Amino acid sequence: MSGHVHRDDLGSRLGMWLFLVTEMVLFGGLFIGYSYMRYRYPAEFHHGGMELNATLGVINTLVLLTSSLTVVLSIVAVQRAEKQRAMALLSTTLGLGLTFLVIKGFEWSAKFHHGLYPNSAHLATLPPGEQVFFGLYFTMTGLHGVHVIAGLSVLSVMLWWVATDRIRQDRYIHLENSGLYWHLVDVIWIFLLPLFYLAA
Amino acid sequence: MNDTLHSHEAPIEHPGYGTFIGVWLLLLLLTGCLVGLSHVSQTYAVWGLMTLTPLKAGLVFYYFMHLKYEGPVFKIVILVTLGTLLIFFALLFSDVAFR
Repeated sequence: MSGHVHRDDLGSRLGMWLFLVTEMVLFGGLFIGYSYMRYRYPAEFHHGGMELNATLGVINTLVLLTSSLTVVLSIVAVQRAEKQRAMALLSTTLGLGLTFLVIKGFEWSAKFHHGLYPNSAHLATLPPGEQVFFGLYFTMTGLHGVHVIAGLSVLSVMLWWVATDRIRQDRYIHLENSGLYWHLVDVIWIFLLPLFYLAA
Repeated sequence: MNDTLHSHEAPIEHPGYGTFIGVWLLLLLLTGCLVGLSHVSQTYAVWGLMTLTPLKAGLVFYYFMHLKYEGPVFKIVILVTLGTLLIFFALLFSDVAFR
């Protein structure tokens, strides 16, 4: 039996990039909104930033940067037909992504414990600028967290596909595109760190 | 089964592990600089935000996301997107400035 497989990896990557630019516009709009609000409420944003745990923000940055490295290295491993190494690297990425979410969970829990959550009674007593700061903080880090969960779900499928040889040396475009998504999640966090955690 | 594969791409030389590990170390160094600057003063923190953060993002785009190895179409798509965001940013602040 002879089959004819038509494949366009370049078109596939371009399609993924077109999706990613819509994500860039989504977060870009929020970043522009943040810029205006910080310009309008500089003191309140400074004070709001002091409420956040910069150490946890920096640790999460290191975690995500390292997870980006392990994804890109897993692609190199697949290109070199090093299946076990690729699986180990992808598993490390999943572990780091989960670590990021756990740290984020602790951070948000601490805020909730102090009465800082959307529409809380305590938040309503704060100056308008600080309400805006925490509104943007929960919206942007929350939306980013949703993207981390989506990325981890997709990368879990990629790990399964590497294990079952659906992704292999001559066919790894799905892993490349999933990696692109994960890197964009990392890039968004690169901007969130100085905007919120280092704002004070 | 004997599948025939037709791909539009010519074979290219893939970068190795070392390139990406080097970029990762540079990203860690830049993060350290960013945190250090934020402890100096507010002015330094803002300068760090305006320079080091786009540099870090650029490194991820260029190396980790393989833009370095892609054709001009990919770069144009991204530059048009960033240009559009910049226009919106300029429009908003020009409105704020003359309010």
